[in-house]
Amino acid sequence: MRPPIRDIAVVAFGQTDHRRTSDEQSEVEMLMPVLHEVLDATGLKTADIGFTCSGSSDYLAGRAFSFTMALDGVGAWPPICESHVETDGAWALYEAWTKLLTGEADTALVYAYGKSSPGSVRDVLTRQLDPYYVAPLWPDSVALAALQARALIDAGDTDEPALARIAVRSRRAAAGNPHAQLRGPDVPVGDYVVNPLRTGDCPPIGDGAAAVILAAGDRARELCERPAWIRGIDHRAEAHSLGVRDLTDSPSARLAAENAGAFERPVDTAELHAPFTAQEVVLRKALRIGDGVCVNPSGGPLAANPIMAAGLIRVGEAAARIHRGDSRRALAHATSGPCLQQNLVAVLEGEDR
Amino acid sequence: MTDTTKTTHKEPVAVVGIGQTKHVAARRDVSIAGLVREAARRALDDAELNWPDIDAVVIGKAPDFFEGVMMPELYLADALGAVGKPMLRVHTAGSVGGSTALVAANLVASRVHGTVLTLAFEKQSESNAMWGLSLPVPFQQPLLAGAGGFFAPHVRAYMRRTGAPDTVGSLVAYKDRRNALKNPYAHLHEHDITLEKVQASPMLWDPVRYSETCPSSDGACAMILTDRAGAARSPRPPAWMLGGAMRSEPTLFAGKNFVSPQAGKDCAADVYRQARITDPRREIDAVEMYVPFSWYEPMWLENLGFADEGEGWKLTEAGVTELDGDLPVNMSGGVLSTNPIGASGMIRFAEAALQVRGQAGEHQVEGARKVLGHAYGGGSQFFSMWLVGAEPPTR
Repeated sequence: MRPPIRDIAVVAFGQTDHRRTSDEQSEVEMLMPVLHEVLDATGLKTADIGFTCSGSSDYLAGRAFSFTMALDGVGAWPPICESHVETDGAWALYEAWTKLLTGEADTALVYAYGKSSPGSVRDVLTRQLDPYYVAPLWPDSVALAALQARALIDAGDTDEPALARIAVRSRRAAAGNPHAQLRGPDVPVGDYVVNPLRTGDCPPIGDGAAAVILAAGDRARELCERPAWIRGIDHRAEAHSLGVRDLTDSPSARLAAENAGAFERPVDTAELHAPFTAQEVVLRKALRIGDGVCVNPSGGPLAANPIMAAGLIRVGEAAARIHRGDSRRALAHATSGPCLQQNLVAVLEGEDR
Repeated sequence: MTDTTKTTHKEPVAVVGIGQTKHVAARRDVSIAGLVREAARRALDDAELNWPDIDAVVIGKAPDFFEGVMMPELYLADALGAVGKPMLRVHTAGSVGGSTALVAANLVASRVHGTVLTLAFEKQSESNAMWGLSLPVPFQQPLLAGAGGFFAPHVRAYMRRTGAPDTVGSLVAYKDRRNALKNPYAHLHEHDITLEKVQASPMLWDPVRYSETCPSSDGACAMILTDRAGAARSPRPPAWMLGGAMRSEPTLFAGKNFVSPQAGKDCAADVYRQARITDPRREIDAVEMYVPFSWYEPMWLENLGFADEGEGWKLTEAGVTELDGDLPVNMSGGVLSTNPIGASGMIRFAEAALQVRGQAGEHQVEGARKVLGHAYGGGSQFFSMWLVGAEPPTR
């Protein structure tokens, strides 16, 4: 991988309060305040944005072309330069990053949203699986994550008390995050959902949205006191069939991290998109995250997991810590697909002036 | 850190491989994975490359409900050789095939990757697109029975505004279906087609007749995009990207021009600016545009600047857009002859590239040097276009 040919930074981040249901709101209504938040933070107007890119899923919305409604909220008039990915918004951020690299735009608005509340998300996610051989069996997302957790326990990489500690640490950290859905030290470990995963090992199901603004070079410095520079970003996929993968490892996350330059110098913060406790064990190993690194200070996806936005939120949370001066070099990770099939890693840095 | 000047960053992008499946109503002999693999393999063969030569995969398709698989790229990672590689899934409605190619081109232009496989597909036989588009959503205006019902009133508006004779649509369909006979990959091969048959076909959505409507197809289209170094190794002449752009506008708003949307005009203007085209009618040799209903040919001729407002139908009527005309349009037979929805935009882009590479076989336009590929989607609101040339860009 070659180093990026242009310096690009996250200059603003906003997210909704994540909630179990948002019946009274459409996706557009949920998204609008977040878009205004990041535009207001930078003083930009829609017309100032060079490129807009979003991530969402028709299967969550229950209708085709669901992203077109969100576009109405963005205010695409006069017409805008715009694109959409049918996956987590972290990949929309990646597409926007490449657009800015070409020099065709200096600023980009990236947003993502997902409402899991209208359906049964465990059932919905089974539709992601091989449609001929696996999906007809309806193996749900918790069951697949439990397979992964069991493989880790069998390999001696973790045990149930260690998983419980990850859950407690995450929700305790989320006590300081006003947007989190599940927070505080008193969230119970609970009963088994699918052995060995208990309710506490699983993410809350909820609705939410997030937005990020990217800017290049001096434009980033104009828009933000302390931009979070993207030193590297890469994403990699693994095979789909769980039977051909080693579920205790994540070679795709490791490769993405290597290409993003994550191993060149230690990071002080990591925001990991590990919706299930056991997946943090996999990622810590693959991404070589030591004990000194502050992992998921936001509470991570165990505290709020709006599907399609949760990965973008990891990048946003890491950037926000740099904006606030709480981090100098942070790693952000996003995932897509069953048992961490696809992984994205971004390395963000603050700039000493 | 300093921010260096803008345009100097961009790496020129070349198309060195093109592959598509024989488009048909139902490919029951292959899975979705088998379908995309076939197109990808043909693109690799055309470029004389193999899977390890590919740095990243960019895949596009229209709504996931069309096959009933959520985010199918996850399941397709193996078939597309994407294991251990970046794989990006684009979805921008009907324009997606074009947008997907442009996102892939950006990976090369930004120098993130050297050689990228881009692919778009639809396997409509797995489900039913018309009803996949028509899921009832509370408090939102229903699309009713598919896309034809949505677009027919806009065609009627065009006819009223321009005073075009009722027969123009049938001329487009008759031409495109005849062009398809020269394209071995086209879905519809109606050897006994006559203008009278088109004009006598049943009325579906007045004024759009059955024979003026796109079919439902299973198919995939793939391209290999690469940088200058990759193009230098190409065994066949590359097509060079001279300009590419996307534009979006809202679905519905007061004052929207459904006949000639502003986003389409802006998108074309951006492409022409990049490619230094000042007179598209004179400087562009042929156009492969997204015409799912026959009347969209004259409508897009105006929207893209090939004819003045109200004059597009005159080019069609005068035979200018015929394969041997002065400005051939839809040499491949177009969307009217082949419509695997998610792939339809990329097939337009690929046909433009085939033409400037001189690889279009029986539907080759003699001496085509600059050809426009065009796609649109949603409620005439998403546009993606590229202009490709036989020569590399001069800057």
